[in-house]
Amino acid sequence: MNAAPARMKVVDDRPLLSVKGLKKHFAMSKPLLNRLIEGGETQTVKAVDGLDLEIPRGQTLSLVGESGCGKSTVARLIMGLSTPSAGSILFDGADISQAPAGQPAAVRRRMQMIFQDPYASLNPRWRVRDIIAEPLRTYGLCASREEERREVDRLLEFVGLNSRDGDKFPHEFSGGQRQRISIARAISTKPEFLVCDEPTSALDVSVQAQILNLMRDMQRELGLTYLFISHDLAVVNFMSDWIGVMYLGRLVEVSPAAQLFNSPQHPYTRLLLDTIPDLGMSKRDCVPASGEVPNPINPPSGCHFHPRCALANDRCRRETPNLRAHDNGVRVSCHAVEEGRGDLPAVASAGNDHAAQAVI
Amino acid sequence: MSDTSFTGRLRSFADSDLFYSFRRSKTTIIAAAALVLLFVTAVFAPQIAPHNPFDIAGLNLLDSELPPSWMEGGNPAYWLGTDTQARDVVSSIFYGLRISLFVGFASVLLAAVLGVFLGLVGGFVSGFVDAIIMRVADVLLSFPAILVALLINGVMRGILPANQHEGAAIVVLVLAIGLTNWVQYARTVRGSTLVERQREYVQAARTIGVGRLRIMLTHILPNVLGPVLVIATINLGMAVLTEATLSFLGVGMPPTQPSLGTLIRVGNEYLFSGIWWVVIFPSATLAVLVLAVNLIGDWLRDALNPKLR
Amino acid sequence: MALLEVENLKVEFPTRKGVLTAVDNVSFSVEQGEILGVVGESGAGKSMTGAAVIGLLEPPGRIGGGQIRLDGKRIDNLSPDEMRKVRGRHIGAIFQDPLTSLNPLFTVGKQLIETIRTHLPMPAAEARKRAIEWLAEVGIPAPDRRIDQYPHQFSGGMRQRVVIALALCAEPRLIIADEPTTALDVSVQAQIIALLKRVCRERNAAAILVTHDMGVIAETADRVAVMYAGRLAEIGPVARVLQKPSHPYTAGLMGSIPRIGPRPDRLVQIEGSMPRLTDIPKGCAFNPRCPKAIAECHHLRPELRPVADGAAACLLYEGVTQ
Repeated sequence: MNAAPARMKVVDDRPLLSVKGLKKHFAMSKPLLNRLIEGGETQTVKAVDGLDLEIPRGQTLSLVGESGCGKSTVARLIMGLSTPSAGSILFDGADISQAPAGQPAAVRRRMQMIFQDPYASLNPRWRVRDIIAEPLRTYGLCASREEERREVDRLLEFVGLNSRDGDKFPHEFSGGQRQRISIARAISTKPEFLVCDEPTSALDVSVQAQILNLMRDMQRELGLTYLFISHDLAVVNFMSDWIGVMYLGRLVEVSPAAQLFNSPQHPYTRLLLDTIPDLGMSKRDCVPASGEVPNPINPPSGCHFHPRCALANDRCRRETPNLRAHDNGVRVSCHAVEEGRGDLPAVASAGNDHAAQAVI
Repeated sequence: MSDTSFTGRLRSFADSDLFYSFRRSKTTIIAAAALVLLFVTAVFAPQIAPHNPFDIAGLNLLDSELPPSWMEGGNPAYWLGTDTQARDVVSSIFYGLRISLFVGFASVLLAAVLGVFLGLVGGFVSGFVDAIIMRVADVLLSFPAILVALLINGVMRGILPANQHEGAAIVVLVLAIGLTNWVQYARTVRGSTLVERQREYVQAARTIGVGRLRIMLTHILPNVLGPVLVIATINLGMAVLTEATLSFLGVGMPPTQPSLGTLIRVGNEYLFSGIWWVVIFPSATLAVLVLAVNLIGDWLRDALNPKLR
Repeated sequence: MALLEVENLKVEFPTRKGVLTAVDNVSFSVEQGEILGVVGESGAGKSMTGAAVIGLLEPPGRIGGGQIRLDGKRIDNLSPDEMRKVRGRHIGAIFQDPLTSLNPLFTVGKQLIETIRTHLPMPAAEARKRAIEWLAEVGIPAPDRRIDQYPHQFSGGMRQRVVIALALCAEPRLIIADEPTTALDVSVQAQIIALLKRVCRERNAAAILVTHDMGVIAETADRVAVMYAGRLAEIGPVARVLQKPSHPYTAGLMGSIPRIGPRPDRLVQIEGSMPRLTDIPKGCAFNPRCPKAIAECHHLRPELRPVADGAAACLLYEGVTQ
């Protein structure tokens, strides 16, 4: 596989989505009345803390990381479900960072989202036909009821369901079928960009394969661009052209997919790769890295990863590293890699004491 | 499977878990039968009552204070006897039931609509509006409901000119009871709204660009109504009782338009002069009505609670 | 004799639309010190099998047939009181969410000490010493200090370590772990799996590891049982089953798991989804999704038969002529 993957048909080489300096800080404070009367300070959680990335047209960029790393928040920010504290989000050149979800319609119609939980993402009181038609109605895309009906039938069949299924309610479907309904709804406005937030993590593996195949087929047929969010590196490997690894609100490494798996740079990336269970069972009984993700309310100083990192030194504890470009389109934010002391083969087995810090 | 026609819906209801649990509960079936009977009586009171107790021309004072028909001195024309003004007790109960149920339903409807609206808005908008609504609710809850109803009742009677008190009594009662009871709806709906608005289907509607009002009405509202039905049923019993209490205290329905509560109050004065039937029968009717409503409410709460299924 | 023998186990759920069979005629055994993985997709009956063995089936679920024998003695017909003694002393349990196994109102030390003293009579001071040793054993730093803390003061991974200590402290000979790593982050999952495996090995305890994650099975189990629609599809040594599966379902399942390495254009996919318990197809339950199905599969139900070094329930191995 090429280092920097590119599809043949891509003509426009400006990225479809470009995010710069994106930040989302949540205030962890008391309710308004209590605050007015009692006062008290506000604590902030830096869920996303300065994120830069670009997604080329027709390609997939995946964000991976463990819970609390901010990957889902990025998805919500891009879709306008929450407003960034700072930074810009350019979709095909238009800045939508401060625009609420669904607005401006001309831009938002071109971007849609697939959610994680197919049991929660469909309104249980609505018929499937109405669920899929909701975007069509909201954006006024169908001139008549008849046209809308035909379009919903077409969408149902496109995602592998039967047009008769439109008259049923969501509870009559299995998880995989529901996720297909969710996909049909997302592509009903003929978007160019889909945000997929852990679309298969609630599904069984055999059904996950169906959905992932469907999404790859859709990308080929419709020329879609994906932002794919997952905690599962094997799934990400199957889906992505680019992979961004997040840790506590920051990107620690962004690389072309093959590059990331062949020569992971950041110590955290290596840790993640080491945790992938090996179905070939060649590395049984290896010692797993220790430690847990720290509490995001009070993250470690400097490089957030330093307490779990075997390569950490004083600089890592003091100074926050920035993403730096390396060869082959690889960007890494690590002092050790930058200074050339990142060659230690195995990943940290820092003592368990660090894990103890994870809970305050 | 999803037939939209009326017979289709009926069939799917007959097949539903709700109906199944109804069929299995004997108590509920009896309560429902009693309630239906009382309803029919109330609705068709003018048609089925043997006498019109408010038609002064039809009253014959010679027939006053007659005991029930099976007792010595009873008159078969007055099955449960007559009161001091020769009004037939059966007919009085029928008409009283009509007023009691009307006040009950109307006040529950008022409380539910108000409570659901405020709860939905509070939960969905949150922030300042929410804080205000919920603090008002807290204040209301910190007083006994009957006191609040008395207060509202008194204020309204103070506003209205005295000659309109009798005519407006029913409206005043509905307002007093309705405005007292919305809190429970508001709290429940607000709670469910806070949960529902975080759910992914609401997020999905937002990413599609559906407006806030539309999301509130078409997505959230249908999903928070389940518990409202249960509260409304249980509250109906409460409302009927509150009305009876207010009427018993003399600030409810006037004796010219007696509800069950008024009948009990008026009859109560004669209880110790031996005319027990004018108070016992309306009281028993009230007890059966409230018990039936509460039993159905209990069943509904359990049947709709997925944890107990 | 095997430590645990499960023979023709049937778990039923009476509903108003008839009795549903959640576990249907499942037989397997677990040897002393062996880790048996039970794998399957949601609704396959794997958790139900585990719950039946420890006697924790949620009503109205009930054992509808078959036998479960621990050390040759039947445990499926014990009274709840007798079963409670077996649980903990002879069989330990670890569940997906560590919070459900820990009482939030007591310190972890109190819970450990109580469990130890219930099953192994000893003075309180000695039990406390033993509890601290257990916390150290499962990799909890500063155990003498943390023993007096409450569950909420531990992180998710640390809590699961405490649960493992709790399951093992009465030194049972069999552990039943139901999705022990599913609620945890990937980097912590690996730690917990390694810990579970090490502790079982050192104590010579056997384990039934119920999970949907083939990766966990590959890293941990000696043998694996693959379940589908309440039935056992295949059982055998883990390396062979994962690399050369006998049953078409196992083969499809393995193919549908995305892997690291050169990425394929498509994943192998099994069409459709697992049937609901209310409409399990006649014959082989997998026949509507099976790429190798023959006419007989639609009406003949395959028995579990020895295949290679394990067993599989598939007509392809029963010499049925096409």
